[in-house]
This record gives sequence, C-alpha cells and structure tokens, in this order.
Amino acid sequence: MALIAAASAAFRHSLEVGSNWVLAILVVGIPLYGYLKGVKVYEAFVEGAKEGFQVAVRIIPFLVAVLSAVGAFRAAGAMDGLAHLLGPVTSRIGLPPEVLPMAIVRPLSGGGSLGILGSILAAPGLGPDSYAGRLASVLQGSTETTFYVLSVYCGAAGIVRYRHSLVAGLCADASGLIATVIIARLLWG
Amino acid sequence: MRRGEGQGSHTPRNTGSGSGFARKLAAMRESCQTFAPMNVVFVLLFVIALIAAALKGDVKTVGQGALDGAGSAVTLAIGLIGVMSLWLGLLKIAERAGLVEKLSRAARPVFRPLFRDIPDGHPALSSMLLNIAANMLGLGNAATPFGIKAMEELEKLNPTPGTATNSQALFVAINTASLQLVPTTVIALRASAHSSDPAEILLPTLAATSCSLVVAIVVAKTLERIWR
Repeated sequence: MALIAAASAAFRHSLEVGSNWVLAILVVGIPLYGYLKGVKVYEAFVEGAKEGFQVAVRIIPFLVAVLSAVGAFRAAGAMDGLAHLLGPVTSRIGLPPEVLPMAIVRPLSGGGSLGILGSILAAPGLGPDSYAGRLASVLQGSTETTFYVLSVYCGAAGIVRYRHSLVAGLCADASGLIATVIIARLLWG
Repeated sequence: MRRGEGQGSHTPRNTGSGSGFARKLAAMRESCQTFAPMNVVFVLLFVIALIAAALKGDVKTVGQGALDGAGSAVTLAIGLIGVMSLWLGLLKIAERAGLVEKLSRAARPVFRPLFRDIPDGHPALSSMLLNIAANMLGLGNAATPFGIKAMEELEKLNPTPGTATNSQALFVAINTASLQLVPTTVIALRASAHSSDPAEILLPTLAATSCSLVVAIVVAKTLERIWR
C-alpha cells in the first residue's frame, strides 16, 4: 500500500509540473514559432480571437435551456426527493444515502455536485476518510457534467439534434458510478 | 418539425408524395425526434422539479431556480469569452504557421480507428488532439475552446447541418467521460477537509474513469449505426 501511495504521489507531482509546462510552452511557443515562420502573429491572433466573442454568444441559448431546467430541478430540491425514493434500494448496493443526491446531480451540474461533495467532506459524521467521503471523491473525479459539455459543444457548432450522443454520455456517467461503487466497496467497504 | 433533415442518405426517395408506408415512416421519424432524449430530459427536469416543490409546499423555488439558472448560463458564457479568444487567437497563429496541419497529420493514426469519416490532415484532428490532451492534463480552460473548435471543424464535414454526425457524437461522448488524469480540485478539497491521505483516491478515480471512457466509446460506436 505504501508503495502504491508513493507511486501515485510521484505520478501526481510529475503530471502537475508537466501540465504547467505544457500550458507555458503553448502560450509562448505558438507565437514564437509563428514569428520565426514569418507569420504576422499579432494580426493573426486578433483575427482568431474575434471569433471568441461570437462563439460565446452562440452557445448562450443552449446553455440557458439546460441551466434553467437544471436550476429549477436543483432549487426545488428534486434530487433530495429522488434520493428519498431511491435511497432504500441504492444503499443496499453500497451507495450511501448521503452520496445519492450527488450521483443524481453530477451529470447536470458540476458546481452542484462539487457543493454536495464539499458538504459530505465537511460533515462531522462523514468526512474525507469515511466510506461516503471516499466514494463521493472518486465519483466527482470519474464522471463529467454531461449536459454542460453537450450544450456547449453542440451549441457552438449549431447542432440541435444530438442523436445518440446524450445516451452515450449518460451511459458513461452510469458506468462511472457503478465502477466507483464497486471499487470503493473493494477498497474501503 | 423539420422533417427530411438529418435522415442521412439512406432514404433518398421518400419525398415523392407516395405510398402510405412512406408517410407513416416519416411520421414515425418525426415522433422519434419529439421523443429524442434531450427533449424528454428537458421536460422531465421541469416536471420533476414542480412535483418535488409542490410536495414540499414551496413552488416558488421552481421559477426562481429557472431564472437563476438562465442568469448563470449567461455569466458562464461571458466568462468563456476571454479564454475562448486567447486560444482561438493562438490557434490562428498556429494555423498560419502550418502547425495545425502538422499536428493533424501526427494525430491521424491516433484517431483513425474510431473516426473513420475524417479525411487525412483535416484541421479538426489537431483541435481534437489538443482538446483531449488538455482534458487529460486538467487544463479545462484550454480544453473547452479546443473542443468547440473541433466541433466547428467537424460541422464543416457535416452533410446534414444541425444533426450530429457520427464523429461529432463520438467526440462529445468521449468528452463526457471525465478524461482528467489527476482530479486536482477533489484532492484540494480533501486536503482542506484534513484528510489523512488526500490523494488516495487518485488510482481508484483513474480506474473508474477508464471504465466510463470505454463505455462511452462502445455505446457511441454501437448506436451510431441504428440511430439516425
């Protein structure tokens, strides 16, 4: 176990350093390379950057549609109601009632699920080293805000008919949840 | 609604005002559009919200929540302008310098098995590669602009604008599986909650993420043949 911990710490550290370097190299390297290649870098940059505004404006209707529905859902406390209904079943398979609302909100809202994770980690009876705390931590890292990704990416390209992409994304979330529960039970159950 | 768009090329002759069968088929397609998951989810979220709020006796939260959500959508989009502009500006330089083309050629073998309908050296490939690399490194601010650029480039190859192509659907599905190698936010949260080992969730998270990535790809590749 100690060896795994040391290896994962080293892995994490080198990745952090690596991503800082990649970011710096991209920001500095691209203009430098372009300049050396004889590109009018300033003009090219401004021309490209102009699109940034249009893209942001283009995705607004898609984001408003998704986030207003999600906003109503969250503000009404619907995930707590659903968790109340599903809780008795899911707690038997290793998904505690404290984590269930987070599992429901995760594909809908990244900030929402992060908020629930924070409250689980801060709760006196639970905390980061409890089963629920560890499970929720893994869940946050292994799933994605599917509806946000879909509305931003498809919105920017002007796509309104998503075909199978939403189902594929939700299946990915569901399998991430199932895998998280299985792994958490094996390691900490 | 817009019947006829997005049906692909496999029913070239259903426009002729012909048999009842063709009309029935078209009507079926249309109702499929109405019951497409996004439409269902959109309505369900509101309905479940109203039921939950009514049971609690506080219906005010539904309208207020929708209004707040709409407001935060605009804040989010406005917040994207800066990073979007920065990366799109850098990408334009890279394009003029021939870097995008080079990267697209290099990325081709990686994507060939999954994204067969993207031609060699197409600029979408470089944006896709940059998006996935940025996601893995946890550079979310850079990943989104690259992903958006990739979707726009893929849309140029789209014979049915407005309807996702196989490549677009697969690319989005991959993005909905969390690709980040190190969940830095979670580790930071755990550290601030005085965990005895904040990073112990690292390898379990990687394992769970790999599962969801594989499922995203398998489901997308399986459904792309039947879901038009």
